[in-house]
Amino acid sequence: MEYFLQQLINGLSLGAIYGLIAIGYTMVYGIIGMINFAHGEIYMIGAFVAMITYLAVGALGITWVPLALLLMLAASMMFTSVYGWTVERIAYRPLRSSPRLAPLISAIGMSIFLQNYVQLVQGARSKPLQPILPGNLTLLDGAVSVSYVRLATIVITLLLMYGFTMLISRTALGRAQRACEQDKTMAGLLGVNVDRVISLTFVLGAALAAVAGMMVMLIYGVIDFYIGFLAGVKAFTAAVLGGIGSLPGAMLGGVVIGLIEAFWAGYIGSEWKDVATFTILVLVLIFRPTGLLGRPEIEKV
Amino acid sequence: MLTVSGVHTFYGAIEALKGVDIEIGEGEIVSLIGANGAGKSTLLMTICGNPRARAGRIIFDGEDITHLPTHQLVRRGIAQSPEGRRIFPRMSVLENLQMGAIASPPKGFDRDLEEVFTLFPRLKERINQRAGTMSGGEQQMLAIGRALMSQPRLLLLDEPSLGLAPLVVKQIFQAIKDINRERKMTVFMVEQNAYHALKLAHRGYVMVTGRVTMSGTGAELLSNPEVRAAYLEGGH
Repeated sequence: MEYFLQQLINGLSLGAIYGLIAIGYTMVYGIIGMINFAHGEIYMIGAFVAMITYLAVGALGITWVPLALLLMLAASMMFTSVYGWTVERIAYRPLRSSPRLAPLISAIGMSIFLQNYVQLVQGARSKPLQPILPGNLTLLDGAVSVSYVRLATIVITLLLMYGFTMLISRTALGRAQRACEQDKTMAGLLGVNVDRVISLTFVLGAALAAVAGMMVMLIYGVIDFYIGFLAGVKAFTAAVLGGIGSLPGAMLGGVVIGLIEAFWAGYIGSEWKDVATFTILVLVLIFRPTGLLGRPEIEKV
Repeated sequence: MLTVSGVHTFYGAIEALKGVDIEIGEGEIVSLIGANGAGKSTLLMTICGNPRARAGRIIFDGEDITHLPTHQLVRRGIAQSPEGRRIFPRMSVLENLQMGAIASPPKGFDRDLEEVFTLFPRLKERINQRAGTMSGGEQQMLAIGRALMSQPRLLLLDEPSLGLAPLVVKQIFQAIKDINRERKMTVFMVEQNAYHALKLAHRGYVMVTGRVTMSGTGAELLSNPEVRAAYLEGGH
């Protein structure tokens, strides 16, 4: 029972991270119908910016942890947003009216470029960092211990997802975003600057991925230029599992993938956890291509 | 108010508009009739810059709008209820109407909403319904209502009667008449239902394969033998 609880919490925190990244995939797919394969790299850059900010904050003599974390969060969200915006601007927008394959290839190119760029400027070795948020919360007389970092990950993710859902469902900005998703031509006729909404979608997705990157760095204490690949593919799996294009689907898919990974690693063996994830991707694509919450393409005209 | 002169529009290599000239005066209802594929909808979309005219000029209120980005036109006072209605199916009726007002200052919203509901009470009953689940007639009302939410000075309507039951068609045309008369809104309407469209309009144009072939007052065109033969036979 204790072991189960332990894995449950591990899985939820991992799922929160996948969910945050998956939102970026699903929103971009929703609005321009492409898979942004460079999104995993955006997440990786978020982790690096958080680390660099941490070191800079330390060098400035700021030792109060909450302030340091807040600065890291702000910096990684901000810088990563700029990356997200730029990637869309230079790699995807010029290909807006090209065949669908062109932006896809451009995305893969962008992904390789960003990986190599970080490898070049940060070095290829893994970057370890001493724990910033040490300590555990122990439950059930010490049988279950939850690190504060994992707890923080779950809480921050819940808050972000709540805020994000409100932004999309309640504000004029969110309405414009959904309108572009449904009919860009019409949104334009009504006065929505469609290009700007698309840019904004990339920026929002990147900012959420940055949070995921930072939390991963805090949980594992080690990052390298290659972490974006696997996390990206898994978050993509989460988005497909939830139903690509669906916002709640991405969140749900992330949690499901995180739980499966944690339980698989806990009960069967961690060597095969990636296989479990990708088996799910294959099964979903074969048997339920619209995902758990995706909508079938039927509409009354 | 709106002057379209010598406009050519292409879809790829296909020339959809082959030098179109049209003039719309303030406060008029102008109808454009013609067969399927004549380029009527293309003209309305070209006025809004999507697709963009490859040659010619479009002047609105003395300003050359030929090259303005589409999303800026609504702020100049042009709104369109386009071909196929294009309501946002997965949004509620209210959200669709809010989208119509997205480029307008928020303070007039409640008043504009009430005006649309007065014109189409059915929309008020359906305010929280998902627009994609409504009937064709209701969707048409929504498309027109959404266009009205920006308080346009020029309203472009593409086939407002398409696919609707005769009674609903009557309602829609009555609404167009009211909008024009009571709010002094200029209306440029594309229609296949030539009889209704010309009867309602102050003036009309006839379009054949990308060119304007005839123009005149609504009554003139209605009594013109060529128009009668081509568009009114069968009696509407």
